[in-house]
Amino acid sequence: MLNVGQLNEGVVLDHIEAGKSMSIYKYLKLDQMDCCVAIIKNAHSNKMGKKDIIKVECPIDELDLNVLGFIDHRITVNIIQNGAIVAKKDLKLPKKLINIIHCKNPRCITSIEQELDQIFFLADEERETYRCMYCEEKYRSSRKKN
Amino acid sequence: MRHLMSPLDFSVEELDRLLDLANDIEANPEKYAHACSGRKLATLFYEPSTRTRLSFEAAMLNLGGSVLGFSSADSSSAAKGESVSDTIRVISCYADICAMRHPKEGAPLVASTKSRIPVINAGDGGHQHPTQTLTDLLTIRSLKGRLGKFTIGLCGDLKFGRTVHSLIQALIRYPDVNFILISPEELRIPDNIREDVLRRNHQNFKEVVRLEDALPDLDLLYMTRVQKERFFNEEDYVRMKDFYILDREKMKLAGPDMIVLHPLPRVNEISVDIDDDPRAAYFKQVQYGVYVRMALILTLLEVKVC
Ligand SMILES: [Zn+2]
Repeated sequence: MLNVGQLNEGVVLDHIEAGKSMSIYKYLKLDQMDCCVAIIKNAHSNKMGKKDIIKVECPIDELDLNVLGFIDHRITVNIIQNGAIVAKKDLKLPKKLINIIHCKNPRCITSIEQELDQIFFLADEERETYRCMYCEEKYRSSRKKN
Repeated sequence: MRHLMSPLDFSVEELDRLLDLANDIEANPEKYAHACSGRKLATLFYEPSTRTRLSFEAAMLNLGGSVLGFSSADSSSAAKGESVSDTIRVISCYADICAMRHPKEGAPLVASTKSRIPVINAGDGGHQHPTQTLTDLLTIRSLKGRLGKFTIGLCGDLKFGRTVHSLIQALIRYPDVNFILISPEELRIPDNIREDVLRRNHQNFKEVVRLEDALPDLDLLYMTRVQKERFFNEEDYVRMKDFYILDREKMKLAGPDMIVLHPLPRVNEISVDIDDDPRAAYFKQVQYGVYVRMALILTLLEVKVC
């Protein structure tokens, strides 16, 4: 059982694939937030061997957790209030990704107009395919199938 | 307010209404001669495409409207580094509707999000060219009397040919279309069209190399040219560009009602010998391109003609 004693309000992201915690730190834009974050690398896991854990102390609605569904849906998201787990959030593939990934198509308008938002939409849920809203170039999500 | 970005923006029913309107324009051009009087079409062409631009301009002039615009990026404010978003905000003050051609994919979509007037995608890179597809559909429906229940051969550069990809995506919405994909090995249809569009929608299709093998079975033959800029070396291009030449001999293999379409301009792939063959429909196709653009302008401007 995970010790959440130190957190009053926030989230604990458990079962992160070992080594991925820093990229999640960036995707969640935790570097831009003024809150208390603990990253645990290579923790022991019966299920995974090794895993990473991130604990964030902040009001829940300040975090865009939907992006986690895009990164890896197997991450366990524990919502903490008053020092206890009050809910676990199911991760789904977000319908839209804004400024999370970038279009690599050199013919895309975003390649010359950098001030445009990078917007991808979920084109095929079954195949987990995202496409650039502008040029429709495919981007494959890193989420793995069970 | 509506824009046109992709040929699939219109439902099958909406498309039927648009094509009906185009056919009515064809039958009664005088009825529409002043439908857009006092209105302006801006043609914003960031790369030259004289044929497409003139077709849009002719369409607006036929409706009694007027046109303004630019025909290449270096004669426009884009050369000074103005963004598409700023340009369209400015053009929205000058014109009632605009057609945008841009080498970068998605540029017309960016414009549509900032525009106060309807934006028509007149071709964005290798991405979409919806008015070409609308032209093809109108030509097929007018000359064959229907969309669907036919066998269509698509011949030439099926790998890079954007018009072919769009046409396939538009035609799978109609019943009983058989596709015969005719191309050299190097220019076969890309996987995403074969798997995601044709196979996934359970379409009947086959891929062949020889045009002669397909011709007897076709109701329609859609020829495309091999574009030089797609090749890294001259040698490959020269070999590919003459891979298919439709001439009198080959036309003997086709049925009496088969029609030949081509998005033009052609290079070598259709011999001028068959231009007078009644089955050669590629110049009629150009005329239908003007009618369909007229219908599109009326539809997007919500002009009703009684
Ligand atoms: Zn893109």
